[in-house]
Amino acid sequence: MRFFEYEAREIVKRAGIPVTDFGFTTDAAEARAIAERIGGPTVIKSQVLTGGRMKAGGVKFADTPAEAEAYAADILELEINGHMPRGVLVDPKADVKQEYYAGVVWDGTAKKPVILFSDMGGIDIEEVAEQHPDHVGRVHISNLLPISDYQAKECIAQTGVTGKALQRLTPIVRRLAQLFVDNDMVLAEINPLCEMNDGTFVALDAHMDMESEARGRHKGLLEELGVGDDETRLAREPTEFELAGEAVDSADHRGVAGNVTEFDGNIGLVIGAGGGSLTLFDAVRAHGGEPANYCEIGGNPSVHKTCGLAKLVLTKPGVDKIAVMMSIVSNTRVDIVARGVIKACLELGFDPAEKIAIFRIPGAWEEEGFKILEKYGIEYADRSVSMHEAARRAVAKIAGPEAVTS
Amino acid sequence: MRTDGTFIGIEVDDEALAAEPRLAGHLSQVCPVDIYREAGDGKLEIVARNVDECVLCRLCLDIAQLDVGEDTVRVIKLYDGGATLE
Repeated sequence: MRFFEYEAREIVKRAGIPVTDFGFTTDAAEARAIAERIGGPTVIKSQVLTGGRMKAGGVKFADTPAEAEAYAADILELEINGHMPRGVLVDPKADVKQEYYAGVVWDGTAKKPVILFSDMGGIDIEEVAEQHPDHVGRVHISNLLPISDYQAKECIAQTGVTGKALQRLTPIVRRLAQLFVDNDMVLAEINPLCEMNDGTFVALDAHMDMESEARGRHKGLLEELGVGDDETRLAREPTEFELAGEAVDSADHRGVAGNVTEFDGNIGLVIGAGGGSLTLFDAVRAHGGEPANYCEIGGNPSVHKTCGLAKLVLTKPGVDKIAVMMSIVSNTRVDIVARGVIKACLELGFDPAEKIAIFRIPGAWEEEGFKILEKYGIEYADRSVSMHEAARRAVAKIAGPEAVTS
Repeated sequence: MRTDGTFIGIEVDDEALAAEPRLAGHLSQVCPVDIYREAGDGKLEIVARNVDECVLCRLCLDIAQLDVGEDTVRVIKLYDGGATLE
């Protein structure tokens, strides 16, 4: 769940990291008042959840309050990448000596957060990491143990920063890491983190992304920032296909058959169970397959709900066959899922044996499930076939043996 | 290609229903997926939409056996050659 820049800056400020005397408004006249309060040149920045603001004309520099008002009026009407701004941020024009980068992201491979620091701020950290790897410091931290200054210092020092700058940057980076852990963020980034000409440091821009599942733990913060319960704040708007998946899932309280994400491949997936969705999705890709969708099925959804999800995937343009695959299930019944996906095929006028490329769900009630699958001539696999092998078979059957890359 | 998309069959003995007016109510109470609906005056309606949701829990068989006796309700696994749930 992403935050607007003005919200991210507020989060940074609450963590004890110095920020400029900025103001947020949805009104051009108020932008003028903020500029008057700041006194001096200002920067007017569109508040949108998309990149490319500068290029699109969503960031403008004003020398006077009157200019600030005029620019704010323009920016408030300016659509950027299909997004209308939430408002504008009015910021003092900074007297910058050097720009740094400080960020904390979740490292999925190491399964812990990693602090990133660079003495080359103001540009994409990915670009810096690629072209100037010696200018990026990295230190992993624990999500459970206290975060110490020395970890932040070690990270900063990797880039060659020493002396007073190192001393001043250390608490800022440590607080950013603490903020990341305390607020269940998946990304907490200050870019640029600026050293001003007077030697002080301030966060000039910030990006925050909170784990959506953690929203319930941070109701107070979200309420104070004015983030409504209905605001999903996803990286992009859900597609019609994804909304249809949400409708299938919400129509029946039993189990899960949804969390659909649309992709442009041709392999329809009905997948799930205890992390099985991610594993199977990755396995399909690892074998050269191009999934048409991601989804999650588990917790014992009804036959009707399973049928609804399978129908949705089967009718997605470009999908010819589906692969029904799960990890070894405990509470989700094999026979119930089998009934649902077969019903989906039949209700659409398809032969289940043709449309279901593979059915690999071992576990609860598998004997009953396998009887059903046998009756309809569907290829199925028990637990002796790994998820990766099932994914390979699905790719070979749907995309053709030549498509299998490993 | 098989086109039959029904997996479960339900049969309830009409004479048993007439003899035991509480049976319809009890069946509708115990079924976790609402296959049975009490239609008043001891009559019973089978909700066709929910029949394939049957989770083979045997609760209907058990309550019918308590109220009337064995074989009052039969749950048939149509995918298994018409085998009945025991």
